[in-house]
Amino acid sequence: MPVITFQGAQYTCHGNETVTDCLERHGVSVATSCRSGICQTCLMRAVSGQPPYVAQKGLKPSLQDNNYFLPCVCTPTGDLTVALPGDKVLQRIPATVILKDHLNTGIIRLRLRPEQPFEFRAGQFINVCRETDGEVRSYSIASLPQYHEAIEIHVRRVSNGRVSTWLHDHVLPGERLLIEGPHGECCYMPDNRQQGLLLIGTGCGLSPLYGVLRDALDHGHAGPILLFHGSSSHDGLYLVDELRHLAEAHANFRYIPCVSAEPARTGYAGGRAEQVALQSVKSLAGMRVYLCGHPDMVKDTKRKAFLAGASLQEIHADPFITTHKTPLIDKQATAG
Amino acid sequence: MSKTLFDKLGGEKAVDAAVDIFYRKVLSDDRINKFFADVDMDKQAAKQKAFLTLAFGGPSNYSGKDMRVGHAQLVKIGLNDTHFDAVVENLGATLKELHVPDELIAEAAQLAESTRNDVLGR
Repeated sequence: MPVITFQGAQYTCHGNETVTDCLERHGVSVATSCRSGICQTCLMRAVSGQPPYVAQKGLKPSLQDNNYFLPCVCTPTGDLTVALPGDKVLQRIPATVILKDHLNTGIIRLRLRPEQPFEFRAGQFINVCRETDGEVRSYSIASLPQYHEAIEIHVRRVSNGRVSTWLHDHVLPGERLLIEGPHGECCYMPDNRQQGLLLIGTGCGLSPLYGVLRDALDHGHAGPILLFHGSSSHDGLYLVDELRHLAEAHANFRYIPCVSAEPARTGYAGGRAEQVALQSVKSLAGMRVYLCGHPDMVKDTKRKAFLAGASLQEIHADPFITTHKTPLIDKQATAG
Repeated sequence: MSKTLFDKLGGEKAVDAAVDIFYRKVLSDDRINKFFADVDMDKQAAKQKAFLTLAFGGPSNYSGKDMRVGHAQLVKIGLNDTHFDAVVENLGATLKELHVPDELIAEAAQLAESTRNDVLGR
């Protein structure tokens, strides 16, 4: 009989019971609605064990890849450890800082080498934990695992941010941090190499997009890729030369750096990245859209992108929230 | 055995095809989009899908109580019959866009209609 582990307790499945049935029979209350694998109210993630395919049918490919499944139609064939999307599933592992440099005056780049096997995909995020006081912040991954690259994160100095100022001012190469994850689904999907990709990011929202872009190019993505990176000033942008080189080397990739609060120099667009993007790309029907950066920008642009024709299933939104509460539940990428 | 409305409409695939179209219409409709202004779009889309599944005659554990609780706040700020009518109208327009025959649209509208009193808290 398969055993379900959920929030620290174990429950044995009877016969053809679904995960939902099994939990409910044991008096565990879980959100559920259609009980037919359609409404996705009950979405869970398998932390270990493989849910049967039928329980993942209809989910976004990125959710499938991260072992999300629908417990109401999941009759397990083996043991499963399951979690709700918001659950803390902590397994912190040590990672050594192997590089630290400045990308611009306010943003540093850290490369971290995990000291244990750590699977990730470019564009996902990790939680970085300061051991002394348990402070945790999330940072998006800009590097590709396929070349055994270290985990690269971009950290913006947040004024009075406890973790970001510590990473900026005190952490040195050779030091060990604790990391946990990866999470998130802001990743390249290799299922349709002809699809148009629209990448819009502000500030260090570039970090997951840089990962997604390089992953797409690495997969030989053939459709057009447009990257709009915005900041208020020219100094707020970064990796400009690297991105221009990539655009020169790949005919299907266009890079449009945008500045919103000073006159744009030659080679830059004037205006906010999301405005410039939505003005130059009229219909988003059939495109996959990635939005990363300030939460208001992400929320507003998600709606506009949807109304401009993008399918909700194909909009990957990654709001960088800077609240200081419940760090592992609220997304806090590149915050504090 | 005669085919159910859900089968005739094309089952879950048809619901998936309808969700984006329907939700886009609702968000673009100035009569009702204020009620959707400040919600998580993915969660909202999941609810739209549950609603469409019900209207399509699909498998549904419809709970009038959930519907009441879920809309109570909106009723407080003025949700009424005209808004419900607008939603049903958008449902019809969505199905029309998907080339669903009129008699099936009428059936779906009737199923949607069955939630009216719960949605409006009566």
